[in-house]
Amino acid sequence: MTGIPTGRLAVWWVLASEIVIFGGLLGAYIMHRIGHPEWEGQAIHTNVWAGGFNTFVLLSSSLSAVLAHQAAERGDGKSAARLLLLTAAGGATFLIVKAFEWTAEITSGFTIGSNLFWSFYYTAAGLHALHVLAGMVILLFVAATAAKNIELHRVENIGIYWHFVDIVWIFLFPLLYIAK
Amino acid sequence: MTEHVQRNYVKIWAMLCALLVVSILGPLIGIRMLTVITAFGVAIVKAFLVAKHFMHLDIEKRWVAYVLLAMIGFIVVMFAGIAPDVMKHDGLRWENTAAKEAVRSGGGAVAGGHR
Repeated sequence: MTGIPTGRLAVWWVLASEIVIFGGLLGAYIMHRIGHPEWEGQAIHTNVWAGGFNTFVLLSSSLSAVLAHQAAERGDGKSAARLLLLTAAGGATFLIVKAFEWTAEITSGFTIGSNLFWSFYYTAAGLHALHVLAGMVILLFVAATAAKNIELHRVENIGIYWHFVDIVWIFLFPLLYIAK
Repeated sequence: MTEHVQRNYVKIWAMLCALLVVSILGPLIGIRMLTVITAFGVAIVKAFLVAKHFMHLDIEKRWVAYVLLAMIGFIVVMFAGIAPDVMKHDGLRWENTAAKEAVRSGGGAVAGGHR
């Protein structure tokens, strides 16, 4: 009836709700940031290079995800699986960098309770990291089935989700790292 | 599946990486307006490129984009409704003393504090 396969339709509905979740959080952050110019003194402590590197990692993992989709379209499940594993490796790299970054920040005394800027910082980046982790689990599951050349339509579905996670980070990066 | 058009994904990825470099270098110049344009303007362009070319929204059923845009519309409504109260720290018959104190002291903002 919708003209869209059920699995992909479900992904779009999930993303519609995710827009409201992340949009609400980021909207609240933006209005507080504008109302509190003193947050600049806190934002200056975030690591632009770590954030920039992670942006590069997620953009690259989005490339491997879309190439996996392309391979699945050709019916090449093995290539799709390899590219999905590469995408998951990108997610793992992202989380490892994040772990080092957070360790440095927390040991420097910037915790989630330090003030509202850091509360937003850890909540937004943490919620995003949870989405990366969830995406990685699904990527590994879909890669396992794609390697056997079954259910290849799933490759596109997890790809759409992964690109969304990428888009969320594309907005988090300037908000948390660039705006000083 | 939606893959019906030939695209050069590597070229799109290269464009995204170039835009990332611009968003990092822009603020280094130190002009506030330039930072806003290079960081947030570039973010919008990057998100558009990913949505169009990687998520294939341009060849997806049109109503999907409308549903996603409607969700963004809800966020705009929320922002318009709440932002004046959060961004301003006083009005005709109210004052957010805690927020004013946070701005004055240069320390952390605390929630609440209206009177």
